[in-house]
Amino acid sequence: MSLSAKLKYKFMKDYGAPALMSLQGLKRRRSRPTPSAFGPPLESNARLKEILTRHYYLSRFVPGVKKVAWVTSGAPVELLRVFDFYTIYPENHSALVGAKKQGAEYCGIAEGDSFSQDLCSYARIDLGHMLSGKSPAGKLPKPDLLFCSNNICQTVLYWYKAISQELDIPLIHFDAPFVSDRQSEADIRYMAQQLQDMIPILEQVSGNVFYMSDLEAVLKRSQDSSRTWGNILKAMQAKPAPMTIFDAFGHLAPIVSLRGLPVAQDYYNILAEEIDDRVSKGIGAIRDEKYRLIWDNIAIWYKVRYLATFFAERKMNFVTATYTNAWAETIDHLNIKDPWNSMARTYGQIILNNNLKHRLGLMRRMIDDFSVDGMVMHSTRSCKPYSVGQYDLRKAISTSLNLPSVIIDADIADERVWSEQQIQTRLEAFCESLEDTNRG
Amino acid sequence: MADLFFGGIDVGSLSTEAVIINSEEQVLAEVVLITGVNGSEAAQKALNQALELAELAQSQIAALTSTGYGRASVPFATGKTTEISCHGVGAHHLFPSTGTVIDVGGQDSKVIQIDDRGHMLDFSMNDKCAAGTGRFLEVMADRLELELDELSNPAYITGPSTPISSTCTVFAESEVISLLAKDTPREQIVNGLQRSIVNRIWSMVVSIGIHGEVTITGGVAKNQGLIKVLEEKLGQKLNVPKNPQTVGALGAALIAKRHHSDSTST
Ligand SMILES: Nc1ncnc2c1ncn2[C@@H]1O[C@H](COP(=O)(O)OP(=O)(O)OP(=O)(O)O)[C@@H](O)[C@H]1O
Ligand code: SF4
Ligand SMILES: [Mg+2]
Repeated sequence: MSLSAKLKYKFMKDYGAPALMSLQGLKRRRSRPTPSAFGPPLESNARLKEILTRHYYLSRFVPGVKKVAWVTSGAPVELLRVFDFYTIYPENHSALVGAKKQGAEYCGIAEGDSFSQDLCSYARIDLGHMLSGKSPAGKLPKPDLLFCSNNICQTVLYWYKAISQELDIPLIHFDAPFVSDRQSEADIRYMAQQLQDMIPILEQVSGNVFYMSDLEAVLKRSQDSSRTWGNILKAMQAKPAPMTIFDAFGHLAPIVSLRGLPVAQDYYNILAEEIDDRVSKGIGAIRDEKYRLIWDNIAIWYKVRYLATFFAERKMNFVTATYTNAWAETIDHLNIKDPWNSMARTYGQIILNNNLKHRLGLMRRMIDDFSVDGMVMHSTRSCKPYSVGQYDLRKAISTSLNLPSVIIDADIADERVWSEQQIQTRLEAFCESLEDTNRG
Repeated sequence: MADLFFGGIDVGSLSTEAVIINSEEQVLAEVVLITGVNGSEAAQKALNQALELAELAQSQIAALTSTGYGRASVPFATGKTTEISCHGVGAHHLFPSTGTVIDVGGQDSKVIQIDDRGHMLDFSMNDKCAAGTGRFLEVMADRLELELDELSNPAYITGPSTPISSTCTVFAESEVISLLAKDTPREQIVNGLQRSIVNRIWSMVVSIGIHGEVTITGGVAKNQGLIKVLEEKLGQKLNVPKNPQTVGALGAALIAKRHHSDSTST
């Protein structure tokens, strides 16, 4: 490890990044005011932005100082933290590209290199980034290691394989058998063994040694932050809800990509405090909350603002979502005293690796707990594991709970998959039926 | 007290309709025009013609609801409602026992479930693709050098059909071209096309379910061939309004009347 790189990284961490953040603060104050349908914005937004900007900014100075790993959102990253990898989440980066409405551009680059349009847009954007070097975050550090798990989809494996071949770097895959009924002891053993087998290669790539006590500390932090995140989401049961799910899509970033690091825990403590304060004062995310909705599937990153405004203007607030819940749902399975088996339980049972019956039960509970009046399902072109079964789920939920619902076809990050006229008609019709149902 | 009048305007992707009703919910005038490139112009023109037919002035219209994809571009509307709700209300008015409405227009097709008051309970809508809509039939009719009216010709309904396997409009068109090149009789192709549309509509019907009587609205309801194929599949008769294109505008006028009495009675 070169001394100068190390010094530079340390300097940037302590002085460069904070200076940049204060500049950003100046810029932010001049940004547009919130439209009147919304309540006062969350003060934590500023801190969130700071953390994420700093994370991407510092990553430029990481090569030569720390080893870099690219990680999928559902992978047990805690293990990597023990070896002090600097982790980058391509999915998170792709969502950022999508939110900046640059998804089509990056996808186009990958498609030009003969990747299929049917490939998940997170993957296409990431490959587009790799091929062109472009990024709204400036520049991402090249990975030394790839770490993926098929507990979210099979796509990530092939996507990371492509990168692994291109860069000639090791790929570690955590194979999580799909839970079609319940996890078997054999499945748990199989997963736990894989995790332990990863240690030698992680030691080799990172140059650091594995200590059980380090893993325990990371797991503890990870569990604490996930629980805090879960409590923040739970606080949205309050009427009016202190934030909208569209806010939560943003505040999700640290639990996905900084999980297990102190910064994530610190951040969620701040956010939780603000949320609790809003609840106690009765401050709502939207000015006049009349209807409460549930969202299913990943965000439509290029239309978050449009959707937030569309619903806020109609006095409708999304108070819960299967997506934001995914990083809190299984955390209670984690047991610091039994790390390997409990990691297998935690990561093996996340929503996309679990069966539809489970999802149906979960959604029914959420609808009940959060006093939900209607449901919007985003059928996303990119993500088959999330979108398959939505029609059946909708039918089961609508008929048993008599809940107005709608399915819209869009994408997570490729803004070409959007037909505003059609979606607007569907959403308005949904709102009409919601109002009709409640008028009696 | 002077009688009250209500209007409904449906600015669709292909056609624009205006309907005027009185407080007894009787239809005084209905007009169908081509939307063309300017939706708001078409709306004004349709309203003017309807006013003329009803012998009314615009100021006599107490409330007017706009609907259809151009609903936002009707400046004189007092409210707007989606065509999904409007077709439900209109179909319920014409055929009160309707439980399921199938609206097949130029750009969209929808299957709507309504309750015994005409309120929409659930709906399904085609995805972005034009397959399964009137536009698909227009493209194909053009390719076959047929007028839309001719699709209802009995010769194109009975007899054998050639299956069209592509559900995509672009692919189906090239399929039709190659069938023509192979001298496949035109009536067999038309028959196949009608069936392919019905299959697309059918998947929506299945997802919403058949609830009592089924009413078909929208311009495609004028296509007798399609009606026949759909009825065969449904195993029951369809309610076909005399003027299927104006059902959305009629629903809009009825909703205008409802909103008006809601706002004046409170
Ligand atoms: N005489 C006819 N015979 C057969 N089909 C017809 C006839 N006239 C119109 N159509 C069909 O009706 C379709 C138009 O329907 P309609 O006027 O209800 O559409 P729209 O309301 O403008 O469209 P949308 O509701 O999708 O915006 C045409 O595409 C055509 O297929
Ligand atoms: S969006 Fe779906 S398909 Fe894409 S990486 Fe995530 S889980 Fe996989
Ligand atoms: Mg129409």
